[in-house]
Amino acid sequence: MLGLTAKRKNSIAMLLLWMSAASILLVLCSIIIYVFYRGSHELGIEFLTGQPENAWLDGGVFPAIIGTLYVVFIALLFATPLGVGAATYLTQYTKEGITTKIIRVGSDSLNAIPSIVFGLFGLALFLYYLKMRPSILAAGLTLGFMILPTIIRTTEVAIKAVPGCEIEGSYALGATKLQTITGVILPTALPGIITGVILGLGRAAGETAPILWLASFWPPITPLSPADPFNSLTTTLYFLTSEAQTEKYVARAFAIASILLFMVLVLNYFARALNNRLSANIRR
Amino acid sequence: MKHENTERIVRAALFLCAISAALILLFIVSFLFKEALPYLSHGDLAGFITGTKWRPSDNIYGAGIFIAGSIITTFGALLIAGPLGVACAVFLSEVAPKKVATLVRPAIELLAGIPSVVYGLFAIVVIVGLLQRDAGKIFTGEALPTGKGILTASLILGLMVLPIVISISQDAIASVPRIYREGSYALGSTKWQTIQKVIIPGAMPGIAAGLILGVGRAIGETMAVVLVLGNVGMIPSSIIGLESRGETLTSAIMLEMSYASVGSMHYAALFTLGLVLFFMAFVLSMTSDYMLGKRRRN
Repeated sequence: MLGLTAKRKNSIAMLLLWMSAASILLVLCSIIIYVFYRGSHELGIEFLTGQPENAWLDGGVFPAIIGTLYVVFIALLFATPLGVGAATYLTQYTKEGITTKIIRVGSDSLNAIPSIVFGLFGLALFLYYLKMRPSILAAGLTLGFMILPTIIRTTEVAIKAVPGCEIEGSYALGATKLQTITGVILPTALPGIITGVILGLGRAAGETAPILWLASFWPPITPLSPADPFNSLTTTLYFLTSEAQTEKYVARAFAIASILLFMVLVLNYFARALNNRLSANIRR
Repeated sequence: MKHENTERIVRAALFLCAISAALILLFIVSFLFKEALPYLSHGDLAGFITGTKWRPSDNIYGAGIFIAGSIITTFGALLIAGPLGVACAVFLSEVAPKKVATLVRPAIELLAGIPSVVYGLFAIVVIVGLLQRDAGKIFTGEALPTGKGILTASLILGLMVLPIVISISQDAIASVPRIYREGSYALGSTKWQTIQKVIIPGAMPGIAAGLILGVGRAIGETMAVVLVLGNVGMIPSSIIGLESRGETLTSAIMLEMSYASVGSMHYAALFTLGLVLFFMAFVLSMTSDYMLGKRRRN
């Protein structure tokens, strides 16, 4: 940049830096506004609570909403106790060494696996080896495997943030290790653990690739038992989008996308609120 | 005595929880291997990786086109997410007033939370449409035959990996010692000179780790890519138009798995694609972790 003074260059660079952030905000806002705008034509009470008709082209998407909630519930039911247990072990029961290293590498690598590989695994394990039907249980467990590392990591961070004096105080009063964990450490770490659960929930609810082969497009069934076949919002959205070429398909796909986006916004809000409370607690 | 027993049982149970992630990982890898075995034992792994013909009906499996497709789209994503992500990270940690930063940060978290299939829908309706109608007019004077292809895929993938690039770059920038900055300002440098000469070089290993992690995410992304890349078994040779379409490892698995019959060579070959994908993601993630870990120790 010949002929430009340092000051001049500085102003140009600052402008570009501001623009980088502004462009990201702009893109995010346009995605959100566009999705809600296009989705608003189909969205309504009937869409949220009705049964689908005509290969999801008419009626509501109630079974898919229940499918998503149910699958995510199973995933959390599997991953939360395991993840909290793992984090408790890592922070309270061992010193850093070869075992913890193996555990951490395992958890980090699990986190790095592409979602479609979980899909392959779920397909081979549940459908071909265990001879299960495509069902809520199979999909829930597959997603549970996927979000386990998230829960382990966030819980570990939350436990490490528990003030040492509180733990020592508990021991000083004669509490056993178990009593200290259940009475002091986990309750204090709870907001952080919940944040992790919310993160896992959001990720599980938004995934498509791991569960696509485990979903059953038609006929739609509102799942009652974990062994029932299901459709989730994401799998239905994918089916509509990949078939789609009429306006009707697109409009309905955007309506489902609006529900998903709304969920993401609400979950983000809660995670943020909890996080703020947590850091406020620590500052105190 | 009873009490000691309880503690022992709890300890054992928690240990089982702790190794569960590693066990699941082991389980996944062995399942992939097991299902891929009929193809792997059949031989020619070099031909699998370099071959450019994929015709399951003739028993020809050259995954080279998919590997190339994955690498090209990921590279495109990096071209977008790299500069923009690092710029945004610098902005957030060095330039932005506090109020602005507290507005931008949640926005980036939101970006990370949007489901990939929603990105795919947005891309197929908005970006593909724009590209086909309007970009065609700019480049060739008329509408393009298609808006699908590597440009659309790279744009949407770039957007999807931005949050991870930003967050890791920000950590890296924050870890550059304060004294360096102050030294630079004390010598009369402008903010940009400090950023360019002190902060970015100092944070470079961390930024590189973030970019590598971003590459790992982009290579494993399925839903958005499958919707916008066109899914034609060829290596893209243009940025726009029909020649820019292609197929990645992820989209090939997604599209073909539903009609490959269990136990067939096709089925095993698709699991081999899964293995290739797994190892790429694994190596990228390990490299990134290693770089970040080394940094932390320093």
